[in-house]
Amino acid sequence: MLKIYLLKYRTIYATLFVILAWYLLHLSIQSNIIPNPIRTIIVFFQLLQEDLLLHLLVSLGRIIVSVGIAVIIGTVTGLFLGMHEKYDIFFGPVIYLLYPLPKIAFLPVFMILFGLGNTSKIVLITTIILFQILVTTRDSVKGLSKEIFYSIRSLGATKWQVYQHVVIPAILPKLFTALRISVGTSISVLFFAENYATTYGIGYFIMDSWIRVDYIEMFAGIIAISLLGLFVFKMIDLLEKNSCKWALLEKNESQSLL
Amino acid sequence: MIEITDLTIKYNDTQILNHLNLNISKNETCAIIGPSGCGKTTLLYTIAGIRKATNGQIKINGEVLTTNRKETGVILQGYGLMPWKTVWDNASLGLRIRGVSKQEMNKQITAILSELDIYQHRNKYPSQLSGGQQQRVAIARALSIKPDLLLMDEPFSALDAITRESLQSLLIDLYHKMNITIVLVTHSIEEAVLLGKKIIIMHPSNGCVKRVIDNPHFGDHAFRNTTEFFQLCVEVRNEMEGLQEC
Repeated sequence: MLKIYLLKYRTIYATLFVILAWYLLHLSIQSNIIPNPIRTIIVFFQLLQEDLLLHLLVSLGRIIVSVGIAVIIGTVTGLFLGMHEKYDIFFGPVIYLLYPLPKIAFLPVFMILFGLGNTSKIVLITTIILFQILVTTRDSVKGLSKEIFYSIRSLGATKWQVYQHVVIPAILPKLFTALRISVGTSISVLFFAENYATTYGIGYFIMDSWIRVDYIEMFAGIIAISLLGLFVFKMIDLLEKNSCKWALLEKNESQSLL
Repeated sequence: MIEITDLTIKYNDTQILNHLNLNISKNETCAIIGPSGCGKTTLLYTIAGIRKATNGQIKINGEVLTTNRKETGVILQGYGLMPWKTVWDNASLGLRIRGVSKQEMNKQITAILSELDIYQHRNKYPSQLSGGQQQRVAIARALSIKPDLLLMDEPFSALDAITRESLQSLLIDLYHKMNITIVLVTHSIEEAVLLGKKIIIMHPSNGCVKRVIDNPHFGDHAFRNTTEFFQLCVEVRNEMEGLQEC
């Protein structure tokens, strides 16, 4: 019974839990570095009427553009390499080598090549999450059973119809998982990227409040960035629910067996 | 209808089929039986046009087979359904790939799903169906393209006895109704005897046909309970056991 309630109101439950923990921390530390959550929430709503919303929208835009580019390049390349082993033999090791590199270390290079503005920020986020999506896509294509390809080929499908009816729908659930991880990563990177050469974006807002030693505003900014993350996650959930109903059904079934 | 001459298939230096010859006439049912690894599934896949021959050729209706035929329906082992498609979308996939108009497709798929008694499950996904229901969807998908040749790989092996018997009877009915040629691969002696007008016993290791037994009793629902049925089963079993020894 408790389990059902927790699932149904999970977002509300999680929010209350975090606020309570925050409040206890505030009481025990007794320093303005952890401000009162209630006061912070009030300030958050006041700031929202000023320019906080603008900062949020700028950040959301940067996330959507970089995740969008990474998804397009990553899935197309991943699908191609997954379906064509002879190319994967060649490029696979290269990807393996580049994947764990800390791309953030190349930020100076991106800055010089793409300028200090939005482009270098987007390029940075894109290169970081691109590999996650590419590798997930390629590996899930390679994991598909031979039988499913025999099945579609026995129906006389063309190459594109194989992608349309088999490969793409089959990898979607794993792609959504990769997307969730990527969005989490992209928000952390965004925070970093918004600390140079910009006066807009939620990362800038938080750092700016920090420098002004305004911890309440800093925490209001943290609330904003977490809401931003929650919003993007819920959008991904919604997309998944509409496009991978079958996988969610199978997941629920295996969960009910536990 | 099907003329197989000198068919040889090698896979990574392993000889799977070796100079195999076989003729199957129109409107005949043909059961290919043999132990695992004798190449029976490979033979079926080659007739379906999804595996290429190393040597030799297959002619269907006088035409040399190069790729899969539009009029061949295939039911693979494990049914080959797409887990991400509903019953309706799975059953209509063959017609969609052939570019049949939506109206025509709706009419045909409604008819075939109703005939196979799964129309009420049309919005479910394969994981929500029993094995027998999934097999019915696979049959619907294969028959929706109005095939003249139906190929089946171990169609009923994963089903419980009652479901298997009812689907075997369904297949006999469909055969009489649609006048099609059926080739099925099985490792069950009873199934081969029940469903094969021609029973083809594969050699366990040579990759060729050991013996062809004609079965005049095929197509009768009561055949399953007659002494002729059991006699024929014994004959097939003896033939297969003889094979194991040599």
